[in-house]
Amino acid sequence: MSTSAAATSKEPVIEVRELTTYYGRRRILDKVDFIVEPGEIRVIMGGSGSGKSTLLRHLLGLLTPAGGSIRLLGKDIHRLDARERLAFKREMGVSFQGGALFTSMTVGENVALPLREHFKLDENTIRIMSRLKLEVVNLGGFQDLMPSQLSGGMIKRAALARAIVMDPQLLFFDEPSAGLDPVVSAELDELILKLRDAMRMTIVVVTHELDSAFKIADKITVLDQGKVLMTGSVAEVRSSDNERIQDLLNRRPRQIEVNVDEYLERLTGSGDED
Amino acid sequence: MYTPIYNGITQLGRGSVRLVEEIGYFGALLVETLYYTVAGWRVGQPVRVKAVFEQMRQIGVDAVPIVSLLAIVIGLSLAINGIAQLKTFGAESAIVIGLGLGVTREFGPLITGIVVAGRSASALAARLGSMTVSQEVDALRVIGVEPIRYLAAPPLIAALVMMPLLTLIADFWAIVGGALFSLSAVEMSLSGFLHQCLTVLEPWDIYQGLIKSLIFGTLIVLIGVATGFSVTGGAEGVGRATTRAVVLSICAILVADMVFNFFLYR
Repeated sequence: MSTSAAATSKEPVIEVRELTTYYGRRRILDKVDFIVEPGEIRVIMGGSGSGKSTLLRHLLGLLTPAGGSIRLLGKDIHRLDARERLAFKREMGVSFQGGALFTSMTVGENVALPLREHFKLDENTIRIMSRLKLEVVNLGGFQDLMPSQLSGGMIKRAALARAIVMDPQLLFFDEPSAGLDPVVSAELDELILKLRDAMRMTIVVVTHELDSAFKIADKITVLDQGKVLMTGSVAEVRSSDNERIQDLLNRRPRQIEVNVDEYLERLTGSGDED
Repeated sequence: MYTPIYNGITQLGRGSVRLVEEIGYFGALLVETLYYTVAGWRVGQPVRVKAVFEQMRQIGVDAVPIVSLLAIVIGLSLAINGIAQLKTFGAESAIVIGLGLGVTREFGPLITGIVVAGRSASALAARLGSMTVSQEVDALRVIGVEPIRYLAAPPLIAALVMMPLLTLIADFWAIVGGALFSLSAVEMSLSGFLHQCLTVLEPWDIYQGLIKSLIFGTLIVLIGVATGFSVTGGAEGVGRATTRAVVLSICAILVADMVFNFFLYR
């Protein structure tokens, strides 16, 4: 589709500066910088509650930050008018953790929906284009099934087909291997690598699966408690001497420091926090 | 420090803030839905006719049997009551105008509203609620489809078209039901009863009911959609939202009906 200036030059595809956000009074992200070059596969890693899902929701434009800026493909995503925003959505695809397929539609209709909403195409073209993408994810011939008839791995792949149906420049993938067996999740990893090479997409993957992360990542960003611990290549992350990162890599339980006063406060407090 | 009074005032304050927030949200939802209906196609967010027809079927056509049945029951009830009361004055023949006015102004739209609230407010809340929980609403947003245009506008338009039609059907059956009971008391034929009923009714009596039904339809859809979109907490949350949508919309209908009557007969 369209090749904007961002894809041809070496300008970053994603440029997040000092992103800060709160949930109630709790700070979820604290001055996060996050920059991704075109054609890169970037993995965002971190434990539960590290803020990685929140960062992703910000990148998707589903949340409004309390501070900082988010630029995707050279545009500030919070300064677009309705038409620009619509055009912008064609350049990004998202595969959600649970697939988020529309349960009232067949797989084929799910994949075709973005095409129907964005372009005026005749039925034949839409059918061919959506089946083409189903073939890419090895789901050829499954277009007439309902999402409830699919297995977990098939749902992920169908969601991926829907995400790439408009040939986006930017693909987001939330927890590709969550809830899948090792073989299927390895297949998904292959698929992600194939997509980058074949379609020259920039891909951001959020995961806590180490094997998958090391296999596909060009660079890894490790988040912990709302802060970026480090961004680096697989080798750099592996050899990092940061204690938190080593905890994450070696599946060690965290060292939880107990503050006696806070502990007593939590036990005896009235719970009136918000 | 935490006296009951202090707690009470805190609760009251939080409750009020939540109420204002909710009213504001409903208002914004209504404005946005109307905006997409009228001007959505100009910003690439057209409301699909097919979706509107589908909702018209679900909200309107599918409700016809139950609305008709309950309308007959209400008509019978009104006639039984009416005849019993009027007999004490020997004025049974007044049942014609009593039934006609009661049904068209009040009970036709009310029974329609309550049935549609029970069927469609719950259905909308459950559908949008589970879509919210399973991230389908997020998926729509990132695809570039405004959820309000795609999910809220079709049922609202459908309700605005179907509620008056359902109300007319309810009016008809309620009057027929009432007439069937009254025939022996007033010594008239069914066609004679209906004919006289039509001559005593002013068009405005029927319009009142239809205007009410538009208000009820708007309230039902807004409450169903708003509770659906604000679901949190998985399956449990969807269940809670469904209950809340039905209870809230029936309350809203009854209160709106009372307010409407108050201003009408002042």
